[in-house]
Amino acid sequence: MSEMVKATINGKSIEVPQGTTILDAAKTMSIDIPTLCHLNLHDFGIVNKVASCRVCVVEVENRPALMPSCATEITEGMNVKTHTARAVQGRRTALELLLSDHPQDCLSCAKNQNCDLQSLAGEMGILDIRYEGESLEYEKDISSASLVRDPNKCIMCRRCETMCNEVQTCGILSGVNRGFDSFVGTAFNLPLNETSCTYCGQCLAVCPTAAISEKNNISEVWNSLLDPTKHVVVQVAPAIRVAIGEEFGMEPGTLVTGQLAAGLRTMGFDGVFDTDFAADLTIMEEASELVHRIQSGGPLPMLTSCCPAWVRFIEANYPDLLDIPSTCRSPQIMFGAIAKTYYAKKKNIKPENMTVISVMPCVAKKTEAERPELVSAGESDVDFVLTTRELAQMFKIAGINFTELPEEDFDDVLGASTGAAVIFGATGGVIEAATRTAYEWITGEELEKVDFQQLRGMEGIRSASVDIGDLTLNIGIAHGLGNARKLLDDIRAGKSNFHAIEIMACPGGCIGGGGQPYHHGDSEIIKKRAEAIYREDAGKKIRSSHKNPQIVALYDEYLGKPYGEKAHKLLHTTYKKRDKI
Amino acid sequence: MSAAKQERTTSATNLPQEKYDELGAYIQSLETKEGALIHVLHRAQTVFTYLPLEVQLFIARQMDLPAAEVFGVVSFYSYFTTKPVGKHTVSVCMGTACFVRGSEEVYKAFKEELGIQPGEISPDGLFSIKDVRCIGACGLAPVVTVGEKVYGHVKPEDVKTILDEYRADHVLENLN
Repeated sequence: MSEMVKATINGKSIEVPQGTTILDAAKTMSIDIPTLCHLNLHDFGIVNKVASCRVCVVEVENRPALMPSCATEITEGMNVKTHTARAVQGRRTALELLLSDHPQDCLSCAKNQNCDLQSLAGEMGILDIRYEGESLEYEKDISSASLVRDPNKCIMCRRCETMCNEVQTCGILSGVNRGFDSFVGTAFNLPLNETSCTYCGQCLAVCPTAAISEKNNISEVWNSLLDPTKHVVVQVAPAIRVAIGEEFGMEPGTLVTGQLAAGLRTMGFDGVFDTDFAADLTIMEEASELVHRIQSGGPLPMLTSCCPAWVRFIEANYPDLLDIPSTCRSPQIMFGAIAKTYYAKKKNIKPENMTVISVMPCVAKKTEAERPELVSAGESDVDFVLTTRELAQMFKIAGINFTELPEEDFDDVLGASTGAAVIFGATGGVIEAATRTAYEWITGEELEKVDFQQLRGMEGIRSASVDIGDLTLNIGIAHGLGNARKLLDDIRAGKSNFHAIEIMACPGGCIGGGGQPYHHGDSEIIKKRAEAIYREDAGKKIRSSHKNPQIVALYDEYLGKPYGEKAHKLLHTTYKKRDKI
Repeated sequence: MSAAKQERTTSATNLPQEKYDELGAYIQSLETKEGALIHVLHRAQTVFTYLPLEVQLFIARQMDLPAAEVFGVVSFYSYFTTKPVGKHTVSVCMGTACFVRGSEEVYKAFKEELGIQPGEISPDGLFSIKDVRCIGACGLAPVVTVGEKVYGHVKPEDVKTILDEYRADHVLENLN
């Protein structure tokens, strides 16, 4: 137990554990103090309190200067006043100074109506910018397929650096220059695509302005839909259905699977499909590979390979370990490969006349779609990737009343899925799905209870042992690349006894992805999305991938055996070493 | 103005291996690498005279630090230079005391006499120039350093005399 300290806030006494900030203490008394640079995702152990923006300053008796409440700890006898005219004036001045050199293009900004700086200016009643002067004139970095960086909109809150360096341990971003010229940039001012950025997008997930935004692909999708020569199919990832409702004012964790299918159909997609189908397919291959690797002496552990940011991470940071990830392509790419071969053949469409669009909770998926080795037929397996936010934007542009849409089903052939597939969206889900199938394949018995509670949760690193016949399967799970690094260091040191490890780059798994509706620092939202994922799984009639009838048909009619020759050609891949920079 | 602050760091692929070996040995000799980045950068600038991309990357890898972090520190301090420099670096102090005693005029006089801007080398290869913040010799304001040598109470009309010293040395060296 830490020691308690007594203090006064706005005339009321309070007793808090030593080390509590004024901001957190005030929160317990229902006193709101505005913040901007501050970020506290306590469920994931992520805190940014650099106190750089000064938007949360308060008066503390006997201290001459206003103090940043996010970084000032309560001390014995402290007398704090949070809402005096002096404190409020200080906060407004800090905000006005931030606005003085901030581009004023809110109407056409990528973050319009989702910008913390914009909201704060509204809440604080800023009606004119009193300070005028020089502005930064840096160029945008549009070098990558995933992220756009606009240094002129950087307010030096350092949230992205906290995510990139401390949480993800990637070390791509750093404060560059000093004083007025400073911004968060890359090593040697290199364009992002010349760095070893994984494109996880966690920088973007926490950026309060549009200093970092996604590469927008909405117009490419409209153009595909306008092109009469193209058969345009769309797939939606598991994590979309539990999050996109937030963009339309629905409660976090509202399941909108049926509305999603209906909305996409309304916009004129020729095939409305589910990445969950491909997730089931992934399990067929990944569980086969795991069984094969266990029975033929390794290499073990086998690491999941669904997450493209994680793949880029291991390619740059652990190039000596590239033989241990599963060779399975990700569900998004498996979907594209099967759409442009099996489905194209069934529909009698040439692959070059088909456009595959993905809706992903992720910006790394945009770069993954461009990987040159992931081409099965036509120009690429997946042509364009939209994030959850971009699809919501498209619905809004189209004027679709999303909340009132009827619930419809996905189309046949590539639309059926099981409960095992939907849980891909949450940390631990892929390995739970693989366990459900591997168990039945190894033992030849049907699982009575498919829920493996020990694999679920939000702990950054988890482990569990599952008895499968004579074998005790040791499973590891990590989400967040910093956590993944710990497991990889153990593997490198020969200290790992896992058979299989699931790794997802984003805290929470795909539901917390960089392409999801902004959580604005509220980790409860991510937890509610996870609950919805497991709710959808529990409600499914079929809950193991190998029992999906459309998957069974796909192997019967086209692929042959799981992990067989044709499957290898279409559903597996290779990795390459990358320079770390 | 700010655009230059976003330039890609100069690349130099042909630097001698002996210099990398020297710097590498220095890094290995450190008791702890933690918190030693500034020392290492100082040493690197002494060894290489400037800090191009390859040298910074070498330091990052030797010290197990993100390259972005190394670059962040290099770009923060005006002491560090990422561009090749002349044989002698003229540093004009722009700290408050020097500034109020006319260092801006002195700086201008040096730039005119040499015909160069910061980041450039004089045509004879002898000089480069930069402004620095307070060097802690305010009693001598305005202060200029050429290499390690300090000049106090410098006036614009002294500029040519100061530079001629080094030019003469250079002529003598070439004669010998």
